[in-house]
Amino acid sequence: MDSIVIHSLKKTYGKGQPPAVDIRGDLCISKGELFGIIGPDGAGKTTLFRMLATLVSPDSGTAVLEGYDVMADYRKIRTILGYMPGRFSLYSDLSVRENLEFFASVFGKDLESNYGLIENIYCRLKPFERRKAGKLSGGMKQKLALCCSLIHSPSILFLDEPTTGVDPSSRRELWENLAQLKASGMTIVVSTAYMDEACRCDRVGMMKSGRFLTVDSPERIISGFDRRLVSVKSDEMFRLLHDLRGIGDVDRCYTFGETHHLTLKPGSRMTVREIGSVLAGKYGHKGVSVAETDATLEDCYMNLEEKL
Amino acid sequence: MESENVIEVVHLTKKFGDFTAVDDISFHVRRGEIFGFLGANGAGKTTAMRMLTGLSFPTSGKGTVAGFDIRTQSELIKKHIGYMSQKFALYGDLTVRDNLELFAGIYGVPRKETDARIDNLLGRLSMSHEKNSRVRDLPQGWKQKLAFSVSIIHKPEIVFLDEPTGGVDPAARRQFWELIYEAVDEGITAFVTTHYMDEAEYCDRISMMVDGRIEALDSPGALKEKFGAASIAEVFDILARGAKRTE
Repeated sequence: MDSIVIHSLKKTYGKGQPPAVDIRGDLCISKGELFGIIGPDGAGKTTLFRMLATLVSPDSGTAVLEGYDVMADYRKIRTILGYMPGRFSLYSDLSVRENLEFFASVFGKDLESNYGLIENIYCRLKPFERRKAGKLSGGMKQKLALCCSLIHSPSILFLDEPTTGVDPSSRRELWENLAQLKASGMTIVVSTAYMDEACRCDRVGMMKSGRFLTVDSPERIISGFDRRLVSVKSDEMFRLLHDLRGIGDVDRCYTFGETHHLTLKPGSRMTVREIGSVLAGKYGHKGVSVAETDATLEDCYMNLEEKL
Repeated sequence: MESENVIEVVHLTKKFGDFTAVDDISFHVRRGEIFGFLGANGAGKTTAMRMLTGLSFPTSGKGTVAGFDIRTQSELIKKHIGYMSQKFALYGDLTVRDNLELFAGIYGVPRKETDARIDNLLGRLSMSHEKNSRVRDLPQGWKQKLAFSVSIIHKPEIVFLDEPTGGVDPAARRQFWELIYEAVDEGITAFVTTHYMDEAEYCDRISMMVDGRIEALDSPGALKEKFGAASIAEVFDILARGAKRTE
């Protein structure tokens, strides 16, 4: 069953500006689906969230959440939706507990009845209950914001880049929390700049210039990668990057952790061994290692980007 | 004295009341290296960085940055370093050129050199045609590149980059790192914090802070070997698991 149905949604801010969001065709997100959105800054991710959250009205098109229209039924939608914006939006002057009580009361709920939903997350905040929200560290603020967006037990949860500025351990905790919420049947839409997070989603939508270029499961996006991918290392990594870009058969080359990844131009027959000998011979690199490698979602992103 | 170490600290400690934010750290950063300063939220990175950049004084311990004493010469330190963070970068209401002029002035670039340096910088970023655009109208990727260039406009010895790529997509992050590489190629030392563990691999050496202490410091390769880990992310996990502080 569909939880979210988008039918060609468009929003433009100001005359003469390109549309911030310009989705053509339909996009359906199922009940209980964990849907990830990735894309560069300015792709329209936040505007899309704001339209679906009934905070900005679309110029044209429709979106329906749990059977309610974002325009006609916005009041209803606000009761079934949890939204955690990218910017910290809690009350800095209120304590941790006061924030939570406030958000519960806004939805006409009390803390106790829905405590079970947030217990796993809130237990870490409990020792700081009386601290003002503004005095919390980044990771703690994020946890509190998540609790506040869950306190009315929503059917749908939107998270706009929830892990920006959060360390790797806290990021993993958050994703464990999301997995539990998903298991309870909640529909979750989350945007992220981390490809390892995108890989944990059921489906990923890659957005650019207001549109979805690809919507598919991470596995299918990765298996659709149709280029030869090579991983290269040498003792001088920065010079290596430029030298690799100078090789005629190399299409794209980019840093990839401890190695560089490159894609070869379509039709290139250059072998791994040949790349190695060019680097060692013509460019005088030492400690060269070259190997074909499997694509990750990050490689797909880097090469999708190029096609645009 | 032209030291090979641009940062040297010994037993650096910072206490707030009975809370020890930075707990007896000693390390050095070599001239021309990319030094990754890693740690969980709340491990003490920001407090340590504030001491290194002359914004806060240590409770005990000592150190030099760019050859100046962090206790007694903090104003001189500020003149010889660059600083950029994701949170504060440029003034959105000012044009590109106005921002550059403002920061060149703040950093004490001689007036007669300012124009040439700004033109050179804009040329290198291929942004000359945007010099009269307001910064807030620029795409995020450009803003970041510009902010980085501004932070080294006075040719500092060290540039401190505090989570420069937070929330940035994979393509823009890579472009940004190439700018860091370029600056380092020209002799600037880069001191970087990041939560992206693949970026840690781009550093010459990294330190990992846990509960105010530096628990590990070495090249990414050596750290992986020492901890028997396949990636720096794994090393981070192993060390973070030992943390007692909850932020």
